[in-house]
Amino acid sequence: MRLFLLLISRSLRQHALSACITIFSVALASGLLMAVFSLKTQTHGAFTGGEVGFDAVLGARGSQLQLVLNTIFHLETSPGNIPWSLYQAIKQRPSVKLAIPYAVGDNYHGFRIVGTTKDIFTDFEYQEGKKFKLQPGGELFDDTRADAVIGSFVAQRTGLKVNDVFHPYHGLLFNELTKHSEEYRVVGILEPTNSPSDRVIWIPIEGLFRMGGHVLRGTGKEFEAKPGEPIPDAAKEVSAVMLKFTSPQYGFTLSQEINGDGKVATLAWPIGNVMADLFDKIGWLDRVLALIAYLVAAVAIGSILASIYNTMNERRREFALLRALGARKSTVFSAIVLEASAIAALGSLCGFVVYAFILGAAAFIIRSQTGVVLDVFQPHWVMLLAPAGMLLAGAAAGTVPAMKAYRTDVATNLTPLS
Amino acid sequence: MLVLEISGLKKSFLGPDGQRTQVLDIPYFSLEAGAEAALRGASGSGKSTFLNIIAGILQADSGTVKVAGQEFTELPEAERDLARGRHIGYIFQTFNLLQGYTALENVLLGMHFGRGADRARAETLLEQVGLGERKHYRPRQLSIGQQQRVAVARALANKPELVLADEPTGNLDQRNAEEALALIRETCRRQGAALLLVSHAREILTQFEKVEELDALNRVGAANS
Repeated sequence: MRLFLLLISRSLRQHALSACITIFSVALASGLLMAVFSLKTQTHGAFTGGEVGFDAVLGARGSQLQLVLNTIFHLETSPGNIPWSLYQAIKQRPSVKLAIPYAVGDNYHGFRIVGTTKDIFTDFEYQEGKKFKLQPGGELFDDTRADAVIGSFVAQRTGLKVNDVFHPYHGLLFNELTKHSEEYRVVGILEPTNSPSDRVIWIPIEGLFRMGGHVLRGTGKEFEAKPGEPIPDAAKEVSAVMLKFTSPQYGFTLSQEINGDGKVATLAWPIGNVMADLFDKIGWLDRVLALIAYLVAAVAIGSILASIYNTMNERRREFALLRALGARKSTVFSAIVLEASAIAALGSLCGFVVYAFILGAAAFIIRSQTGVVLDVFQPHWVMLLAPAGMLLAGAAAGTVPAMKAYRTDVATNLTPLS
Repeated sequence: MLVLEISGLKKSFLGPDGQRTQVLDIPYFSLEAGAEAALRGASGSGKSTFLNIIAGILQADSGTVKVAGQEFTELPEAERDLARGRHIGYIFQTFNLLQGYTALENVLLGMHFGRGADRARAETLLEQVGLGERKHYRPRQLSIGQQQRVAVARALANKPELVLADEPTGNLDQRNAEEALALIRETCRRQGAALLLVSHAREILTQFEKVEELDALNRVGAANS
């Protein structure tokens, strides 16, 4: 073994530049393979299988996917509004354990402002047994005041602190020209939940109804709330109602009723399946990314073969000499295969750095855009398979130059090269 | 006791014209254990081919080569390689040191294929050839004469019974050549190894008591020289 270590280390040192480039290409391939598959699994799991705390989302007639993206992940625009009366009616049903209205339409520096009720803090569990928790020094908003409770990521990014005052901006995308005149005071900051809710600013739903320029069309006619005057329930509208059932099976019944027979609203249920449909639709993207990773891996393996093969001419004398000293053909063959394997192994090891870099960057972007948190260090079968595969493929690639070394004619190559 | 015994050795090569050309036809040659002999031969007379056949690097068309009691010509290739590493030390005209390795590693590498790496012995050998202080130098950091000394140390690393030297002073100036030859002979003597040296240099050959003419041994003789 010491012999092989000596032969391999000296060869790598002698051909340091090409060895480094090859190791880098293997690292890139291995890291890319691990990142693509790990990212696919983690995003799929986070968007389709993760706990979101609700069983279904009730919203305007339209796309279930848009409804889920808008309310669960706080992405996309709202498909429209539904009357307040529908929220009240559904809330009364015995099988509905929790119904929380959401009204959207404003943002603060790109972070979505969601008008809702206090139930979101008192009754809603974003994971089983876990409710939103305020950081020390904060309190829940008062339904009658212009108060705001902000998610941890919002606080981190905007620098807003308790008692800070801010102006909401109209629309879901930040535009400096659309600043509302109303001022909201931060009364509480939530503890991190590692969920999309960390990116949300929660205000009383009444506040969103009364925001300057907002028009309510619950009655079919436009209604603009005036300060100090109550808003009739008939005029009120909500973007969605988030639902939790006493029994998950109730979703099927309600889905039949609302999606099958009704014409006013849409029930997105079950939420995981809606998101799974999205992943099915963009499955080609996964396949393209995987294909690219496989191609990079093939190029990396090819580069192992080429880098060693290209040194064969200059090393013929070395092999001949080793043979003259008593090395068997099989020893020379094994030394080359092991050298290729060593390059693949070193590359695979560096691949973990590449993987951490890619997944870290992807996790940062996904968290910034959706609030979904990915775990860079979450184990995945590809973390074993990709390095092992690269190692085997590297060794296989090494057999081509190894065969050339095996066939080196000793007597001819012992004489100096002209 | 004979360390080398050759009988009925014949070797031919296939030429570009498809014709076989006989280069060696040696009825008999032998060398006593611990003895030294020089073979004189002009360039192209088949000296290197003869040594390569003795070392088992080339295979004879017919005949037998017995080294240290082992019939080389009957051994399978892998065993012949192993036997070469154990029983034969080879000194080349061009030294054939591995450039990426230090002097010590060059000697140790030779040991790996023989009786096993022995760092202490490798260091002792390098000290004996006057390179104790330069054992970590690479070949390009050594003078030509020093490189030849490393080659001598490597050839003797496995305590071989037979040392083959193929024009070992061919690349050296006269002073270095004399020193190198003295070193080779002295080291072989000290290690108890027989020495078979081939050369065409008169000043080298005159120093040996037993000098054989390759053309006289070889029936193909002058026809190919």
